[in-house]
Amino acid sequence: MKDEEYLLKVENLGVSFSQYTQGLKKTRLQVITDLCVELRAGEILAVVGSSGSGKSLLAHAVLGILPENAEETGSIFFEGRKLSQRDKEALRGKEIALIPQSVNFLDPLQKVGDQILSGTGGTSGPGQKRRRRTEQAEALLARYGLEPGVARYFPHQLSGGMARKVLLQTALAADCRAIIADEPTPGLDPDSLAEVLRDFRAAAAEGRGILMITHDINAALQIADRIAIFYAGTTFEIAASSDFAGDGAALRHPYTRALLQALPDRGFTPIPGSQPLPGELPEGCLFCGRCPQQTEECAGRRPMFRDLRGGKVRCIHAT
Amino acid sequence: MNGSMGNNGLGKFLAGRLFKLITLLVAVSLITFILMKLSPIDPVTAYVGADSRVGAEQRELIAQQWGLDRPPAEQFLSWFSSLLSGDWGQSIIYRRPVLSVIGEKFLASLAVMAAAWALSGVIGFSLGVLSGVKEGKLTDKLIRGYCHVLISTPTFWLGILFVMVFAVWLGWFPVALSVPIGVLAEDVTMMDKLSHLVLPVLTLSVINIAGICMHTREKTVEVLRSDYVLFAKARGENRRQIVRSHVLRNVSLPAITLQFLSFSELFGGAVFVEQVFSYPGLGQAAVQAGLRGDVPLLMGITIISLLFVYTGNTAADLLYRAVDPRIRERYAR
Repeated sequence: MKDEEYLLKVENLGVSFSQYTQGLKKTRLQVITDLCVELRAGEILAVVGSSGSGKSLLAHAVLGILPENAEETGSIFFEGRKLSQRDKEALRGKEIALIPQSVNFLDPLQKVGDQILSGTGGTSGPGQKRRRRTEQAEALLARYGLEPGVARYFPHQLSGGMARKVLLQTALAADCRAIIADEPTPGLDPDSLAEVLRDFRAAAAEGRGILMITHDINAALQIADRIAIFYAGTTFEIAASSDFAGDGAALRHPYTRALLQALPDRGFTPIPGSQPLPGELPEGCLFCGRCPQQTEECAGRRPMFRDLRGGKVRCIHAT
Repeated sequence: MNGSMGNNGLGKFLAGRLFKLITLLVAVSLITFILMKLSPIDPVTAYVGADSRVGAEQRELIAQQWGLDRPPAEQFLSWFSSLLSGDWGQSIIYRRPVLSVIGEKFLASLAVMAAAWALSGVIGFSLGVLSGVKEGKLTDKLIRGYCHVLISTPTFWLGILFVMVFAVWLGWFPVALSVPIGVLAEDVTMMDKLSHLVLPVLTLSVINIAGICMHTREKTVEVLRSDYVLFAKARGENRRQIVRSHVLRNVSLPAITLQFLSFSELFGGAVFVEQVFSYPGLGQAAVQAGLRGDVPLLMGITIISLLFVYTGNTAADLLYRAVDPRIRERYAR
């Protein structure tokens, strides 16, 4: 597949933070290393990883909203064009939208309707225009099964499921090509979850690309076309959802298989150890120390991210 | 969230406030009364002054006339009950009813305090937002430096400095008092009154700016680091839009509250400022009443200032309810 056919492509992304440790000594903390991921139009790509694996930072890097003490390396492409910080500022909210983690990302003192349309000008302004915009917000709410009155709610009045829908609508109102959803599923009951996932599928069916960041591998398997596995700030594997079927024989990376086998309905056997902290990363493969297939060669250098059986993997032993 | 529920909440809120006010009023009156009883100033001596022709017998008669020979508890009860019936007693130094003295002085002070309050609020808030938005930049450092200097500046010292610079050296404004000397009351113009107001107001507001400015700056920085501002950025809002639609509203709430809560400092500052500028307001009357043992006037001023500060606090809460939907709802439940 050529670059232009990807909607969004992240290549060898690295993010590090400068930090003051022990008084005035400044150190760099590498949080994301060699992260690669591609999103196609019309698909849902789930980015799965435990907390601290750099999932949210990926979203922030794409949108150019990393904190000031962060340094970014690598490249991010949108529709084949390499993005500069200025490009990101021009694209965000218009072509690339973020669906944030929680209702805390909404202004507590602004009405929901105004916030849904904020990227497109809001419902403020003089008479007729204002009314038209209010109608637009209400129409959008109605489309996702919410009462028009919700437009006049304040964020704290929304229930968990309503909040998810409103957050989704903030992205849909702007008619973006790519949507990055940061943890859209936690805290939802099964019904609301199914509904949210259905909404996502509908949004993808309209030709959008959706990057869903989650730590919930079950939710990812339910909805995503492809799944990217994150570990310690890098991508270990990108696989089609179907590769996860059964005992995961079609999977490529030992960590992905371990992840699958740790699920309650697939054996419930966790692997020992924990993800290394930034600053304590091993020299070689980041999975060193926990990997059942580890050899001497693994500890020596970091494996490349390579194509394998229609997916991608970062492991020298994968076949 | 409907209207009637909101009104119920408001009624409950105001009733609670009124009850608190009454208990506070009783407590403060009692404490002031005890303090005055314990103070070394003898009201009779303070009344007759250094006049040695008043003998011990006559002193006793005066004390008897005022009821000073009766037990303190009885004195307090009789004073408090007449207070409730609207008779606040006779001011000893002004020889007029306390209420009329307070009314006149309070109006004069109110002009100074209201102007200083509005001025310091608007300027302090604007500077605070500017400083917070420019966090770490030169503008921020200058504004913060200005605030730190002001916070550590005594009010009376600043007042004297202003008198020296603006009244004595530059001669722009009068040195003291609220009206020109040697001019008949009916010949005093509005301009005269205003020009006498300028320096006291300036002193009082310059001091009060620092507090509101520093507070607003902290809140602004906090809001700019919030998740919802990050999300606003992610949605393509630029800095100006973010300040206008998120920062101003979220910061103005605490700022307004703080400004109403500052009534007590305002009143305290007014006492100093009126003293420095010999401005005949309530603050100066309080100092005079204290120094010359004018118990009825001092008690009256205590109660009025209590009402004043309490009104400020209640106004802050009411405004919070009006502007913040989350708080409005808490009372309605």
